[in-house]
Amino acid sequence: MNVTSVMLVGVGGQGTILAADVLAKVAAAAGLDVKLAEVHGMSQRGGSVDTIVRFGERVFSPTIDAGGADHLVAFELLEAARWLHYCKPLGRLVVNNRMIAPLPVLIGEEAAPTGVEAALAYEGAVFLDAEEIACVAGSPRSANIVLLGALSVGLPFPVEVWRDVIAARVPPKTVDGNLAAFELGRAACQEGECG
Amino acid sequence: MVESVAPVSGSIIDALITEGYPPVPALLSGNEAIAQGAWEAGVVVAVGYPGTPSTEILENLVRKSDVTCEWAPNEKVALEVAIGASMAGARALVTMKHVGLNVAADPLMTVAYTGVGGGLVIVVADDPGMHSSQNEQDSRRWGPFAKVVVLEPSDSPEALEMMREAFALSEALDMPVLLRSTTRLSHAKGLVECGERTAADRVHYRTSRPKWVMMPGAAKVRHVDLERRIARARQQSEACAFTLEELRDKSMGVITSGVVHQYVREALPDASTLKLGMTFPLPEDRIRSFAAEVAKLFVVEELDPYLLDAVRAMGISVESTSLPRIGELSPGVVAAVFGAEAPETREPMGDLPPRPPMLCPGCPHRGVFHALREMNAVVTGDIGCYTLAALPPLGAMDSCVCMGASIGMAHGFALAGDEPAGRPVVAVIGDSTFAHSGLTGVLDAVYNGGAETIVVLDNRITAMTGHQDNPFTGRTLAGSSAPEIDIETVVRALGVTDVQTVNPNLFKPTEKALQRAVGSGGVSVVIARAPCALLLRDKPDPFAVEEESCTACGACVRLGCPAISKDANSRAQIDVEVCVGCRQCVQVCSYGAIVRTGRSCDIGMGA
Repeated sequence: MNVTSVMLVGVGGQGTILAADVLAKVAAAAGLDVKLAEVHGMSQRGGSVDTIVRFGERVFSPTIDAGGADHLVAFELLEAARWLHYCKPLGRLVVNNRMIAPLPVLIGEEAAPTGVEAALAYEGAVFLDAEEIACVAGSPRSANIVLLGALSVGLPFPVEVWRDVIAARVPPKTVDGNLAAFELGRAACQEGECG
Repeated sequence: MVESVAPVSGSIIDALITEGYPPVPALLSGNEAIAQGAWEAGVVVAVGYPGTPSTEILENLVRKSDVTCEWAPNEKVALEVAIGASMAGARALVTMKHVGLNVAADPLMTVAYTGVGGGLVIVVADDPGMHSSQNEQDSRRWGPFAKVVVLEPSDSPEALEMMREAFALSEALDMPVLLRSTTRLSHAKGLVECGERTAADRVHYRTSRPKWVMMPGAAKVRHVDLERRIARARQQSEACAFTLEELRDKSMGVITSGVVHQYVREALPDASTLKLGMTFPLPEDRIRSFAAEVAKLFVVEELDPYLLDAVRAMGISVESTSLPRIGELSPGVVAAVFGAEAPETREPMGDLPPRPPMLCPGCPHRGVFHALREMNAVVTGDIGCYTLAALPPLGAMDSCVCMGASIGMAHGFALAGDEPAGRPVVAVIGDSTFAHSGLTGVLDAVYNGGAETIVVLDNRITAMTGHQDNPFTGRTLAGSSAPEIDIETVVRALGVTDVQTVNPNLFKPTEKALQRAVGSGGVSVVIARAPCALLLRDKPDPFAVEEESCTACGACVRLGCPAISKDANSRAQIDVEVCVGCRQCVQVCSYGAIVRTGRSCDIGMGA
């Protein structure tokens, strides 16, 4: 079945839902069938969140199973590891190289896992520091758009469409900053190794 | 993978993303499509109570013209308002989550008898997998139980189409229609062709006591009539345009409904399918004819064996499967049940710490639960963000059952005896939950001479579902100002004399008020009032820990703030990007080790 599945995972509040919405609208603007699955409510309060965008000629299910994502975009290091097995063995893995300690680690009940970055590198992950790049673009809050820039390198949509959809979707005052964030995310990925 | 995509013109993109008037085609969630469909059908009155995954229906509908949308204090009131509007002849919509329909069950069971005036559609959104719920009950069973028509859309376009038809169906059958959604319908987006609004022919109200006054004499007649209406609805089900038979490989036929149909189409692309659009009453003839077409008949459905039992009760032979009855289905789960091998996956990484949701930085609830933990109270809890206080490190909640349960349970716990000795019993309940079903619990406690303490966590909003207004916030769903009903006045009117109001962000006064309340010997109420931290736009500068002053005592870490963690030497550290400068941790630090600092880069641009 000619369907591409992109999974965006992170921590509640990181902007995965907006990023997924932009991606879905880009795919729709390209004339493809699109479905998007997101979860609202309790998990958004700093919990682990996953959002799925699927596009192609005809999309049935809005959700996928382990081994089903062509692209896994992780907004956080531990979430990249948590959802790794959802990424196809030959799928593309884009990871924001930042760890947000989950509650058991914050309160010292569990140690922060070590070696996650190395393990993900072994799996072929492309790493970015999205917050740092977003700061260069003007605001750490556009880290989600930096990651979309990195994702866009692996997808067949024209840059202009991405730019138009981002411009229409983010708050008006933040358009320039977010477009800069998108470009920097794209550039960061094009310069380096970009699966 | 998609190989290449032709460039697209700006106008299509503009059409897709224009705010306001619905674009064509639009990328809509099931909830947005339900709102759009109701609006196109000429709905005049829409009422509900927020509840994941149903909340966004009314939030979208309220932006449209010619429809009055309201949050009711609870689902029972919401349904009653809608019944009244329907009786007066208007098309009326009610929205709620699955557990909300339990609250509204009383009017539901009898509105089936009265029938409707203007079309009456009840949208109930189930949460298989319990993403944000306390149970995963299957609302399809309300169909045969309450004797109401049940429709189940399988994606956003169908949700819109069904809503467009549901009101007319309700009027034609003189029955309320229940449209059952699930999380993966309500919160999945798909491409939808939106249409125009068609003003419905207004049904005019005429006094009809035999129809609307359900005293036994009239109700007996209406029950007989209801059975006739169900028989007519069964004919409609046979003709239902949303029920689709698709014959492919006839060696195997699958009966499905709702979003599960999408999973079946993906997992078993060659199987013949009968997708049911109306799942009460069931189209027995179509099910029989489909069963006769296929060699082996299966039913694939999420949660309860609702369709399976009904089809077998028709005397039709259905193959047994190992379908789970717990949690969500997915294409992979369906494929596995039918013997497919799981796809090759990467090795899952083990030993990762879980990431449960937690109270936000600056959350005012934290002050109350910090105090209750210090008091070693038995805390009966309720439904809201504050239920997260049951998790470590606060660990200051002992129960969570349903909306409003905290108050009755505290009373019952106290009645049961003097165990656990010396521990005060405290009920905690949010402002919206208190309006929903807390008032009667207070009445009960006062009436029966209870001795428990009730804390109303008044954060000025219905927070967990995404900031909806309620009778205590002074604003309506439409954004207009409303009388800001004062909780203290309400509580006093219910007969409580010991009432205190505190700012829970000030830890010492909060602890003092709670200590005084639990020692009062009668029913006492503490209103802990401070706005939800997410409502505060101006954030003071963050704090940092002075390493040399920190003694690694852990007091601040035990607040469970997402900004505070332990470093390698067990000393506290604060993430300045997460800190909102609320001063909660400063108040528990005995060593003055927490001081103001600045942020790493300018904030203010939202993405």
